Amino acid sequence: MSELMIEIDVLRYRPEMDEKPFTQMFEVPYTPDMSILEALQYIKDHLDSTISFRWSCRMAICGSCGMMVNGVPKLGCKAFLRDYYPKKVSLEPLANFPIERDLVVVMDDFIKKLEEVKPYIIPEKEKCLSEGTYQQTPEQMAKFKQFSMCINCGLCYAACPQYALDNKFTGPAALALLARYNRDSRDGGEAQRMKIVNQEEGVWGCTFVGYCSVVCPKDVDPAAAIQLLKVESSKDYLIGMFKPE
Amino acid sequence: MSETTEKTYKRSHEPVFWGLFGAGGMLTAFLTPVMILITGILIPLGIINSQNFSYEKIHGFATTWYGAVIVLVLVALPLWHTLHRIFHALHDIGINRGRDWQQVICYGFAFAASIFVFTLLLQMF
Ligand code: SF4
Ligand code: FES
Repeated sequence: MSELMIEIDVLRYRPEMDEKPFTQMFEVPYTPDMSILEALQYIKDHLDSTISFRWSCRMAICGSCGMMVNGVPKLGCKAFLRDYYPKKVSLEPLANFPIERDLVVVMDDFIKKLEEVKPYIIPEKEKCLSEGTYQQTPEQMAKFKQFSMCINCGLCYAACPQYALDNKFTGPAALALLARYNRDSRDGGEAQRMKIVNQEEGVWGCTFVGYCSVVCPKDVDPAAAIQLLKVESSKDYLIGMFKPE
Repeated sequence: MSETTEKTYKRSHEPVFWGLFGAGGMLTAFLTPVMILITGILIPLGIINSQNFSYEKIHGFATTWYGAVIVLVLVALPLWHTLHRIFHALHDIGINRGRDWQQVICYGFAFAASIFVFTLLLQMF
């Protein structure tokens, strides 16, 4: 049986030996059920063991395998060769992040932004354990559930042209996460977080391109979260005009 | 509590311009095509009698208080919308020098044109 082959271009960069990134082509045996991540694992096992890429769960839940597949931000484990075959596939590290090595990017800025939005419940007042749990109705949960599905893969940052132009912008996933806590009925930290939202680098860095929501593998719809926050920020602005701090 | 590391946040004035942009966008999307249809197609084709849009008729409309408000809103808001979009597009295509001046010129133009139309309407009364 003659094997079907698919060509895969991988952007390589090993800082200790390469002056600048270059493309290396690999030929991988093709099967329709093979994911991009499996193709990379095949390359590492059989063709070139020096190649570096991140992965863990292989099921679109850990968020580590983000990369550019033919220029589009995708999870390697959720993108399949059959959607590209017989054309060749080109793999590059996630756009808008510095390259650490081959397909691995430096995500520090993204992580810093996630931490900055106070992504935890800030209770209105501390409750004693003996007072029992916080209750929440399905309706209250529906207000934030979608925005809580984020796996921090960073695809939306690779898609965002505003983050590309100016990485001071808080960005899609962090703002969606912020909205997730602001919209939670158990949370009382909205006033603190609105200060982040109201800045130029907050929601107002967004011009509603919407590509973040297109590439998001978990249907978080960060663009919607940001537009909702823009409305909140406008209300906050009006209130601020009448009662300045 | 570790509130000592709290950084200072600067509030953006964007809500004002975003509000005008949004309102202008609605008008532009819904009403501009209708106006183009009427003045650019239906009247030239004679489907609508051009006498309905004669100088006297339009002047009469523009000199009622509600007519004046409608004309002002129809001219001003789409202008604010357009110049907001242009202001942001300048950033998007990488023209980053003198953002302050770009802002003054863009919104200044929308403001000046709004005032111009406003006074024009006033002196017609
Ligand atoms: S919002 Fe979507 S694309 Fe962005 S990090 Fe979360 S899961 Fe990934
Ligand atoms: S390997 Fe975990 S998301 Fe792809």
